Amino acid sequence: MTDVTMRIWRGDASGGEFKDYTIEPNEGEVVLDIIHRLQATQTPDLACRWNCKAGKCGSCSAEVNGRPRLMCMTRMQDLPEGPVTVTPMKTFPIIRDLVTDVSFNFIMAAKVPAFLPPPMPEGGYRMFQKDVERGQEFRKCIECFLCQDVCHVIRDHEENKEHYAGPRFFIRYAELEMHPLDTNDRRDLVHEEMGLGYCNITKCCTEVCPEHIHITDNAIIPLKERVVDADYDPIAWLGRKIRRKPKKSASEAAVQPAP
Amino acid sequence: MTTSPYEHHDYDVLIIGAGGAGLRAAIEAEQRGLKVGIITKSLLGKAHTVMAEGGIAAAMGNVYSEDNWMVHFRDTMRGGKMLNNYRMAELHAKESPDRVWELEQWGALFDRTKDGKILQRDFGGHRYARLAHVGDRTGLELIRTLQQKVVSMGTDVYMECKVLQLVHDASGRVAGCVAYWRHNGEFVTFGAKAVIMATGGTGRSWKFTTNSWEGTGDGHAMSLWAGAKLIDMECIQFHPTGMVWPLSVRGLLVTEGVRGDGGVLRNSEGKRFMFNYVPDMFRAETADTEEEADKWYDDHSAGRRPPELLPRDEVARAINTEVKAGRGTPHGGVLLDIASRRTPEFIRRRLPSMYHQFMELAGVDITREAMEIGPTCHYIMGGVKVEADSAATDAPGLFAAGECAGGLHGANRLGGNSLSDLVVFGRRAGAGAAEYIESGQAATELDMAEVEYAVKEALDPFDRADGESPYDVQRDLQEMMQTNVGIIRTATEIEDAIVQLDTFTERVKHLSVKGGRAYNPGWNLATDLPAMLTVCKTVALGAINRQESRGGHTREDFPKTDPHFGTFNFAHSSDGGKWDSPIITHESPLLEIPDELKALLEEAK
Repeated sequence: MTDVTMRIWRGDASGGEFKDYTIEPNEGEVVLDIIHRLQATQTPDLACRWNCKAGKCGSCSAEVNGRPRLMCMTRMQDLPEGPVTVTPMKTFPIIRDLVTDVSFNFIMAAKVPAFLPPPMPEGGYRMFQKDVERGQEFRKCIECFLCQDVCHVIRDHEENKEHYAGPRFFIRYAELEMHPLDTNDRRDLVHEEMGLGYCNITKCCTEVCPEHIHITDNAIIPLKERVVDADYDPIAWLGRKIRRKPKKSASEAAVQPAP
Repeated sequence: MTTSPYEHHDYDVLIIGAGGAGLRAAIEAEQRGLKVGIITKSLLGKAHTVMAEGGIAAAMGNVYSEDNWMVHFRDTMRGGKMLNNYRMAELHAKESPDRVWELEQWGALFDRTKDGKILQRDFGGHRYARLAHVGDRTGLELIRTLQQKVVSMGTDVYMECKVLQLVHDASGRVAGCVAYWRHNGEFVTFGAKAVIMATGGTGRSWKFTTNSWEGTGDGHAMSLWAGAKLIDMECIQFHPTGMVWPLSVRGLLVTEGVRGDGGVLRNSEGKRFMFNYVPDMFRAETADTEEEADKWYDDHSAGRRPPELLPRDEVARAINTEVKAGRGTPHGGVLLDIASRRTPEFIRRRLPSMYHQFMELAGVDITREAMEIGPTCHYIMGGVKVEADSAATDAPGLFAAGECAGGLHGANRLGGNSLSDLVVFGRRAGAGAAEYIESGQAATELDMAEVEYAVKEALDPFDRADGESPYDVQRDLQEMMQTNVGIIRTATEIEDAIVQLDTFTERVKHLSVKGGRAYNPGWNLATDLPAMLTVCKTVALGAINRQESRGGHTREDFPKTDPHFGTFNFAHSSDGGKWDSPIITHESPLLEIPDELKALLEEAK
């Protein structure tokens, strides 16, 4: 292969700039391999986050040629000729170089009311494959946060982060909502406090998902329908008014005795 | 209360590592009403547990009702070539079903049998289909379930915080640790009444490995320095099936589930060579012909097991031999073929991650072509010596669980026994730490001299202008360990490794780091290297002393298993407690197996 120019964003919260590095890719190498070789040979303090280098942990998220991707799953030979730009995810604050502060996601995770099943019968729960498969699709999520990065509701509007959970957590709410055993109703919460209504189903999240989860079609749209049903079905509305159980907060649910 | 010049936090129980074992330990300690802090050098949910693919072994008997804890115990001990801590193997076999059902109560969604129970799949060395699983991403399911449980409990998690060293109190009990924040490079101290080490493995010291940058053996090394012992360090599992091409992904894991679901190994002549490598210990339960082996997949009573499902050490050695004999692929592997044996739909449904991994990284469609694979450094059976019931180490106040603890797996681990290890002994470590605290022996305040020593060691590389790059030292160390203490070992090479490791120690003392302290990967690597060297030394010392071949330790010059070496573990302790202190190796006798358990092992011969 011939030399490639890697145009990498270097800097921190106070600012930064692109720097060019020239390197010859080897057969089969991915962008993360190139970053590692640059660290070992040209710029030892180049910051990037990574773990498994196999597309399973979701750590090495960045924007390659402007597109949100896992660096470990982006092969150099598949990129168009010319310089390759690598920038940190735009939606999150910069820590250094390619590393961003993704704590927004951990704050949102802590707000999810816990899974709450009925007591387990002797010999374990019975569930059927076709019923667990819906949730299993969402549980493939590797928390790379590329869907959060690409979502324009927070990518371009910092102020929305306070009241918008984002696609990663919509699939989490959908998973719990569709879980055959869960008894905790989160529909009001996801509608009123998690900003489900802000999503106008442009499917950008689905496009960048490295796990190929159908975020919009299988999670967000069904979730919107269920929220609407809960709001406008008069019988369901009345039923809930009469015997409305307050939703269990995360900490309440967590004090269940150990099984 | 400790007065620290650095940011400081106090806990009842401090857990180092946020993989399966650390998180399960946290849940247990939290449920017992203790104040728990977890420190991880990555983000929460990224630990190496996510890489586990095939499943979690638990004798629930959902697929074969004949299965029970006694068979699982037997399989684990035989797989470990009887070097195991029998009590750990017993507890593990008895408790793992409850730990799996508990995961469902916390939201896990395992694949199901037709009648709605948890489905179990076949794996090497397990007599019955025993691995609960979610396709080929079981580790992700396990860590996400535990992570979500921990988050719902409100446990404090310190992310991207790298622990440098454990710290004692004046009486010599383990009292906490000193760490630094990746994001800004500032130091932080933690005080605790008890510390649980759950840092995982150490594969990063070999060139071809399934392990991420995290697998640097920090917990093994820090425990040794703090006064604990390490056992069985020579027993390293080379997983038989790692990717071999392209070079950039060499070593990446290919799940054993491929073989459990019908995949077979062939050499360059197209021959299923594993039939030539069945050891006497497994002869009676292994098929003689391809016809017999193929019947077994559908009905375990119709034929005996295919030899592709022998324990991992046997399969890895066989592949190594085939390649050395010139019957390998051009890239130095052999072929793992499921394409000719199962439908594309079956393969995509059962092995979705493998399908994507080969398609996206190697351009290979595994529903149409065979995979090129070879052995890769995967797991260390050896680890911190613990008391089976409580996970207590020889250092008062320190507990250990998961891959960084030793004993359960003996000389070789069966696939699927790692995830169950994490939850069984993670829980036991949490309970052990709680009981230790209740007994009133807990530590008091940190010895600040130890803190200052660790801080100085960490900062020294910034003051050396012309030292060596940590990347160069790491690369040479990986090459050296791969060559000298790899899958097949011999005295001259191990002795050479021991000499070279002293040279590496000198090189680490002259490292130089460029740049600042904020999120500096070169500096972080410089702080990893002392632990990596300590671990490599214990591996080499165990390997030179164990003059036999057993499980994950194969000596070319001592190819047979010697009963004499089956009565004890090699244990290592530190003489001085510093990273460059001498290491002392001694024989540590195995626990005597009670007669009723011995009968389980003998009956099944």
